[in-house]
Amino acid sequence: MSSADTPRKSNGLIWAVIFVIGAIMLVWSMSTSRTGQVWVTPEQHAFTNTGETNNYGVAIWKSIDPSTAIDADITWTTYSSVPEVELEDKITSKEATLSWSRTIGLWFAAIFTLFILSFLVGDNPAYKFAEAMVVGTSAGYVLVINIWDVFVPNLLAKLMPATIQAWALPGISPEHVDFWWLYFVPLILIVMLLWQLMPSGGWISRWPIAFFIGITAGYRMIGYVEADLVAQIKAGIVPLWVTGEGGFEFWSSFNACLLTIATLSAMTYFFFSIEHKGIVGKTARLGIWFLMITFGASFGYTVMGRIALLAQRLEFLFGEWLHFIPVS
Amino acid sequence: MFLAIAIPILARLVFPEFVSKQAKMVFDAIDDLPDGSNVLLSYDFDPASQGELLPMAQAFTRHCSIKGHKQYYMALWPLGSPMVDLSIDTIEDEYPDMVYGEDFMKFSYKAGSEAVIRMIMTDLRGMFPLDSKGTQLDQIPMTKNIKNIQDMDLIINVSAGDPGTKQWVQFASTPFGITIVSGCTGVQAPQMYPYIPEQLAGVLGAIKAAAEYEAALAEAYPSIAQNKKAQEAKRRMGPQLIAHILMIVFILVGNWIFFVGRKRGEV
Repeated sequence: MSSADTPRKSNGLIWAVIFVIGAIMLVWSMSTSRTGQVWVTPEQHAFTNTGETNNYGVAIWKSIDPSTAIDADITWTTYSSVPEVELEDKITSKEATLSWSRTIGLWFAAIFTLFILSFLVGDNPAYKFAEAMVVGTSAGYVLVINIWDVFVPNLLAKLMPATIQAWALPGISPEHVDFWWLYFVPLILIVMLLWQLMPSGGWISRWPIAFFIGITAGYRMIGYVEADLVAQIKAGIVPLWVTGEGGFEFWSSFNACLLTIATLSAMTYFFFSIEHKGIVGKTARLGIWFLMITFGASFGYTVMGRIALLAQRLEFLFGEWLHFIPVS
Repeated sequence: MFLAIAIPILARLVFPEFVSKQAKMVFDAIDDLPDGSNVLLSYDFDPASQGELLPMAQAFTRHCSIKGHKQYYMALWPLGSPMVDLSIDTIEDEYPDMVYGEDFMKFSYKAGSEAVIRMIMTDLRGMFPLDSKGTQLDQIPMTKNIKNIQDMDLIINVSAGDPGTKQWVQFASTPFGITIVSGCTGVQAPQMYPYIPEQLAGVLGAIKAAAEYEAALAEAYPSIAQNKKAQEAKRRMGPQLIAHILMIVFILVGNWIFFVGRKRGEV
């Protein structure tokens, strides 16, 4: 056995103990509470056709009491999760029902969380599976969102408003907007971009890519010059001697001096036209200190963020899944 | 570290929060607006940052709701749209008198990042012909008189990266002078502070600032103080404190071992 195997073995032992403790807690929780169950209460909704139409010829529907709904009306049911404090009462009064779909979803969420956390032990198939699921599901979701929230209303609805209104978006106007034919330009660019998938003529896709890169670079350059260069130079030039209603303000003046010294010394560090020795070297070294303090603050904030994310997942596992703590 | 975070959660350790100047600036920016002002809330984050950003997003929603501000929700991230839905759920659960279309509404996600911001600053309908339910903006009471985002009294941005607060500063507050407050992840916070106060009216950096903002809300509004759901960030600061103390102890012990080792000539 190599010496590298020893810490790996002890790590495995620690995790085995944690998982055994977790399994015992799970069994105990399931026997004493409604662990891993989601109970819901149904709510009926109903709408009736008023017989009137809006400016675009679309029927107007009005909300009605679900108990008075007839066949011609639209009705549906929504389900709300029951808070833990009300759970026992609502189960006793048979107002709440066990939602199998949400219960299965809850277990999937919990198991996938544990799969992701299993990376702490080392890379493993469970982690890879969960990672692939997250990436795949997100990509699919983003694709659908882009089709229905961007592609259909912002392109197809401009080119074929009447067809899209009848097919998918009854709320839009069936008439063309002014200069609607300009929307053929993005359509052509999309077709050119997808030409990449064709067996030949892949170079055609470089033109829309060049267009997008050019537009993005131009947009960003304007933003950075205006907000990060000009405005920040303006914000960096401050009076060093600050006076208020009560006369000289020490801390405001101190902050202004600190800001000026930190800015100038940090910039000196990045000024390579003069060799960093003598007064320039000392100023650059001071600049490094300010940079290090900034990086330290960033690192501290990052740690805080990561701990918050872990705390949220543990709250989910201990609360919604295991019911060890009340869910607010 | 796992135990340092897990035990405070199980023991439900909550410590008092004191409102910092930064959190107060954000609170005042929203609170000082006349009741019923127009507020645009852009949720530029996804479930990966939910643990850090959702508490402050929900606090913004509660603050705007209790002040009766008209809330216009949007998202520059495709997965930001479900995050907006969580805030709308909060409005419907906790403020049932508020009506969709009159007090709050949601724009659907649009691709384009800064191009979206740039366009809606001058032409809202060009980018958002419909709301997220497919209704024309002219048929929604709270949007029929809104021509562009310059009609907003305040923009609240909850940001986890790019596009996010930086783009809102670059394309909304700096060129058009619109007041913006931001709630952002800890990673971003040090990059946002230089924008205060000229380009940003305030920044909530990470969960700590969110907890302080919740404390400011609870001080000002007793109904929020009694709402346990409105203390999510405050509750999450218990594990933070213990975990940070543990890290400081580890750093001190590590340094002590290093210096003792060096003194003995072992390093």
